[in-house]
Amino acid sequence: MAIVEFLGPINRESMEIDIANLSELKEVFKDDQDIQGWLETSAIAVNDELVSHLNIPLLSQDKISFLPPVCGG
Amino acid sequence: MLELYDGALEAPEILTRWYNTYKEENYGAFINFVGIVRDEDGIQGLSFDVYEPILNSWFDKWQKKAKSQNALLLMAHSRGDVLNHQSSYISAVLSPKRRTALEMIDEFVEDFKAKAPIWKYDIIKGKRVYAKDRSTPLPNSGLLGK
Repeated sequence: MAIVEFLGPINRESMEIDIANLSELKEVFKDDQDIQGWLETSAIAVNDELVSHLNIPLLSQDKISFLPPVCGG
Repeated sequence: MLELYDGALEAPEILTRWYNTYKEENYGAFINFVGIVRDEDGIQGLSFDVYEPILNSWFDKWQKKAKSQNALLLMAHSRGDVLNHQSSYISAVLSPKRRTALEMIDEFVEDFKAKAPIWKYDIIKGKRVYAKDRSTPLPNSGLLGK
């Protein structure tokens, strides 16, 4: 099971999920209205590395993070 | 060096300590930037969430770049609430020559605004409101929305 965490203003608890590839997350969230808006604007990290494509196989205990738009300072 | 604090930064203490720590290291220039929360649009202050693992790796890349130019980067940032007229962010560059530090502080702060995994909220009537309109999507955002 991979772990999905939602950072910053995405107000949602972490979840465990059984998927083999990052692109399968689209299917997982396709009917989830609360998260749909964040999909358009969030970056994705796997094990704290930002990714540039979805063709990434996942292993058990991999950590997937959603990072919405940022504004430090 | 990256320092994170809960609440407002004690800017005079941090800047004085950095100055005293590095003044004898033979850097000829110490350029710093201090962010102070402005009283505007009826906010009481700002609040911040910080994601440390990616912030640390982002900062480490910048520190390597600075060291390749014989410079040193310092940064402090707040977590949680920072009220109006308090400081939430300080960055500084030390370098042997002023031009390196002046150019790097500009580039560093701009990259910080675009890429540091920190989320800002306005504090309005005691509640945190995500500063969505002032936020920037990270590179490669929206992969799952396509």
